[in-house]
Amino acid sequence: MADGQSARLDEIIADHIGREGPLLPILHDVQSTFGHVSEEAKRQIAKALNLTRAEVHGVVSFYHDFKSAPAEKPVLKLCRAEACKARGVEALVADAQAAAGDRVAIETIYCLGLCSVGPNAMIGKSVHARLDGAKLDALIRELA
Amino acid sequence: MAPETIKIRISDDALAIACGADEVAEAFEKAGATVERVSSWGMQWLEPLVEIEGIGFGPATPADVPAILAGGADDIRIGPVAAHPFIAKQQRLTFARAGKTRPLSLEDYAATGGWKGLSRAREIGPEATVEEVLASGLRGRGGAGFPTGIKWRTVAGARADQKYIVCNADEGDSATFADRMVMEGDPYMLIEGMAIAGFAVGATRGYIYCRSEYPHAIAKLEAAIRASARIVAPFVLEVREGAGAYVCGEETSLLNSLEGKRGEVRAKPPIPALEGLFGKPTIVNNVLSLAAVPTILAEGAKAYADYGMGRSRGTMPIQLAGNIRHGGLFETAFGITLGELVNEIGGGTQSGRPVKGVQVGGPLGAYLAPDQFDIPFDYEAYAAVDALIGHGGITVFDDTVDMADMARFAMEFCAAESCGKCTPCRIGSTRGKELIDRILARAPRGRDTVETLPQMHNAPRTTRSLEDEIVLLEDLCETMKFGSLCALGGFTPYPVMSALKHWPEDFGVKARQPETVG
Repeated sequence: MADGQSARLDEIIADHIGREGPLLPILHDVQSTFGHVSEEAKRQIAKALNLTRAEVHGVVSFYHDFKSAPAEKPVLKLCRAEACKARGVEALVADAQAAAGDRVAIETIYCLGLCSVGPNAMIGKSVHARLDGAKLDALIRELA
Repeated sequence: MAPETIKIRISDDALAIACGADEVAEAFEKAGATVERVSSWGMQWLEPLVEIEGIGFGPATPADVPAILAGGADDIRIGPVAAHPFIAKQQRLTFARAGKTRPLSLEDYAATGGWKGLSRAREIGPEATVEEVLASGLRGRGGAGFPTGIKWRTVAGARADQKYIVCNADEGDSATFADRMVMEGDPYMLIEGMAIAGFAVGATRGYIYCRSEYPHAIAKLEAAIRASARIVAPFVLEVREGAGAYVCGEETSLLNSLEGKRGEVRAKPPIPALEGLFGKPTIVNNVLSLAAVPTILAEGAKAYADYGMGRSRGTMPIQLAGNIRHGGLFETAFGITLGELVNEIGGGTQSGRPVKGVQVGGPLGAYLAPDQFDIPFDYEAYAAVDALIGHGGITVFDDTVDMADMARFAMEFCAAESCGKCTPCRIGSTRGKELIDRILARAPRGRDTVETLPQMHNAPRTTRSLEDEIVLLEDLCETMKFGSLCALGGFTPYPVMSALKHWPEDFGVKARQPETVG
């Protein structure tokens, strides 16, 4: 890890270490700053919190939000839970995958809490509802 | 009327934004009108809903703006919003402010009875506050339905140097959004409820554990906590963001996650009320339970308990979702039938096709068939037919759905979200998915190499029939139901078994006697 990154990580750790249960807030900041939680970051966090690297790795690997490697392409999260299934999301999946090709990653997410206006998708922190084939295609093309 | 004198009200709820509310608001501002962003009424099929002096227009697009300002747009005009049948039929206590106030305005909150509950609690003292919640008959709105007052009394009676109030805002069930609407639309009510809980049991710290899929709710809560810190002091609270694990909605798993551990379920006892967060006595309540508390304190336990039926007292914010024409938030006293909710209030399916089934209570809730639509919304009535109310979410499906696919999805979901601590859930869900795959492919499992060995003389001699596979599925569900540590593995059999019971033809088998199923 470059010195600059290591210093930034130290800052993140210092921001949260005084809180009760600081590990998840630290990991969230690391994930959003660096795009993933690297091996070096796990070691540095473990040392600061007096945990083993295995314990930190165990937490990182448990939660869907934390990634061990940086995302290679932009991500669109498509909800495929029951309410969106009832509103026809499954029929959109094949075309969406084709439109995404290898330029956009389509990930499955379970529920955005917009269950009466699905199918729904999330890009970063923005949410999109009432998707049909054309709207979903437009979102994917915007990302690619 | 000149545009600048017109005050336009548009919701800034995540659902309205996802449907394009920001663009509509911007178009009104460009046209010179004053836009006020308020909470959502909960009539979600009409979002983005534009309200001008009580008259509603929806769903509105930026292209409708000139016509609305000119007094036209008759095609999307719905008349007086508050008198709309969907709103007029409700009994709103928790959602009394929905659509009417600016979510982060302390002025609006105080003007609509805010902080009255907290003042009254401080007047009558901690013990009387606990008694009031107990007398209201409030039961945990997260799904389990445990009496909230009993939980509070246990924590109040525990001796410790530190106690905690934890709000479970990990609303992961599909078809539920009431917690999100409270957090985004009326955050001070939740804060007040938590402050009352803290005062009642002697806890000075509170945490709201909110799922990361709700960034708008997290932002609103953080702003609301900063703005109201002085009012709720000495109670201090903080939002913690989840990290995409459904199982963290289970209370002990949530506590582990708050502590910075893997979100694995803990065995009970000890119960969290005695040994919860960091081993200290902790109240873990759902958003809707805590949000009901200010009303109970302000209006009195009796006023709240007068609503409802049997042992289900008060009101329930019911969420209508899936393939439904009029989806949204419908708060009403317990006792309403499923048929009224789906057909009369919800207007049937959006696709216009017949309703095949509805799932009540999220991914772990049972599928109910139209012939069960007379069941009243009540914890005990649902339990009696092997179903659950859960968090009050209802997903409607039309006749194009394959229920065996949905049963398979229930297993798939459980496999994806299992915390892995107990075997019935971790392995059972994966085997369940494989088993349903074989049933759907009409390809029963044959003997494998090991089973053909001479020493395996107890192994079956023949390939399993479809009926054998169904029996195996029932067995597996039984094991998961009774052997799992928490509701994830324990309740996944509900959607699976109910699908098999009501729609056996989707599994390729004939209907059977009820007693051999489930």
